Amino acid sequence: MTTRLSLAFMPLLDAAPMIVAQEMGFAAQEGLDLDLVSAPSWSSIRDMLVFGRVQAAHMLAPVPVATALGLGGAGAALSAASVTSVNGNILGVSNALAERLREAGHGFDLTDADSAGRALIAVAPTPLRIGVPFPFSMHAELLYYWLNALGLPAPQGVEIKTVPPPLMADAIAAGEIDAFCVGAPWGSIAVENGVGALLLAGSAIWSFAPEKVLCVRNDWADEEQALLARLIRAVWRAGRWLDQPDSRGLAAEILARPAYLNLDAEILDRGLTGRLTINGAGDQREVPDFLVFHDGAATFPWRSQAEWIAVQMAARTGLDRATAARLGRATFRSDIYRAAMKDTKADLPGASSKIEGGLADRTAVASDGGSLHLLRNEFFDRQIFDPKRFE
Amino acid sequence: MSSVPKAADRGLSIVIVETDRDRAMLIVDSLRDAGDFEIHVIAEVTGLARHIKQHNPDVVLIDIENPSRDMLEELALASGPLDRPVAMFVDKSAEGLTDAAIEAGVSAYVVDGMKPDRLKPILDAAVARFRMFQRIRMELAETKRALEERKVIDRAKGMLMKAKGLTEEEAYALLRKTAMDQGRKVADVAQALVTAAGLLS
Repeated sequence: MTTRLSLAFMPLLDAAPMIVAQEMGFAAQEGLDLDLVSAPSWSSIRDMLVFGRVQAAHMLAPVPVATALGLGGAGAALSAASVTSVNGNILGVSNALAERLREAGHGFDLTDADSAGRALIAVAPTPLRIGVPFPFSMHAELLYYWLNALGLPAPQGVEIKTVPPPLMADAIAAGEIDAFCVGAPWGSIAVENGVGALLLAGSAIWSFAPEKVLCVRNDWADEEQALLARLIRAVWRAGRWLDQPDSRGLAAEILARPAYLNLDAEILDRGLTGRLTINGAGDQREVPDFLVFHDGAATFPWRSQAEWIAVQMAARTGLDRATAARLGRATFRSDIYRAAMKDTKADLPGASSKIEGGLADRTAVASDGGSLHLLRNEFFDRQIFDPKRFE
Repeated sequence: MSSVPKAADRGLSIVIVETDRDRAMLIVDSLRDAGDFEIHVIAEVTGLARHIKQHNPDVVLIDIENPSRDMLEELALASGPLDRPVAMFVDKSAEGLTDAAIEAGVSAYVVDGMKPDRLKPILDAAVARFRMFQRIRMELAETKRALEERKVIDRAKGMLMKAKGLTEEEAYALLRKTAMDQGRKVADVAQALVTAAGLLS
């Protein structure tokens, strides 16, 4: 028997696991038929979840955390049942700023956050105005973290403003912002439209940043445990398929369709392969692990990831950090994820929390099956985040 | 709880975010009929949060389909003591109101703590107007689709007439028969033919 489920997504490259789950039959394998609802904004996705118009959503990882902290306008508690993508954001600058960076001798290698940040601060106006898609987003968190570490604290030195990705190019052209941080493919589209140049991959700031999650209402997760488990597995299999190099051409074609992203498959391919065109002159850069769907237990919702987000938000808004860490941790549901995956071949980590920023390289870790590797997990300033501090 | 108490004889202040001037005027008209409100229309989406702050409204109405809605989320962040908390209208006590608004495609942001009975006439008027917009939007999309299908079918007919020396009626009959045999829509068969011809030429 097939169960129909409504799932809202934003037309972004990292909606791929949800779309591929339906299109490549991973949902059908779990007896699910996904009604994929394309949404115009993150706030509308959140409302659709809260009011039960959809049962699940492609969501920014910080949204369930912010909701638990009482920030933003959500009216119901939300859970991240699974991470669906890691990394995938790109920072770009206006043509004017790009020119000044070039004159100052900056090489635009996309992967050195320290030198890119120092070069940007040296030539940027004060305050530096940067557009992000949503106030509660990994884009915003990475920018605050990066610039604060380099001595440009918000709000004195930098102003982070919300601009919907399709309007980012207009905002740069109108002089409303000097730079932007967006998910693929909108950085590449800004380059194609000739309004900006790419400066830095989000993964250069934190090499393993949880980007999007499979988000559901807490009460729905409690009521529909078996159904949610099927959805988690379908999306997990889609992510595994997506991370195989052979899949990417077909994935780009599926995502390019009018009902999904309605964009050129070639532009989508850049984000999927991590081979980016960075400026109007056609210069290219390759970014390792630019967008990860499966490798290194990418979909595991680590309690420590949510804690990192919660503690960053708390520091900014003046909330108690230990309380925020406790509330945030509870939104990344490694318990639900483990229960859903226990009868699959997925190799699950032994722990549900880890030190964030502590892996300089790909590393084998303790796991149920004994074959699990984690990817490099480092902050650009080599700080580590130990969740034990907040226990 | 608005930090700036409004005089009792003054209506609530409402900001409408709408880039289409005609639509904006229609909403303004229906709100005027519903009560004595101070109404501002913002048609420019760049710097939206800043513009709204300048008006310091009690209520913000915006189309759910408008991607700029995310900009309003900044307003929900009370970043300073002078900022008034603004929230999406999610008061469970007035669930009927909210559901009606969502269904009609209008989102309302209200100053936190505003009484639902003060909001009701505003939302009732807005909901009625947005329902009408939604109907028009659907009709327009349907008409556009029908027109496009007609164009493709005409082209496919023309190709068949030329290639096989058929009359227009015979060409259409052939398309229809093929569609029925394959369990597809006539427009889909026509589209396939036009696409294939484009590839071969």
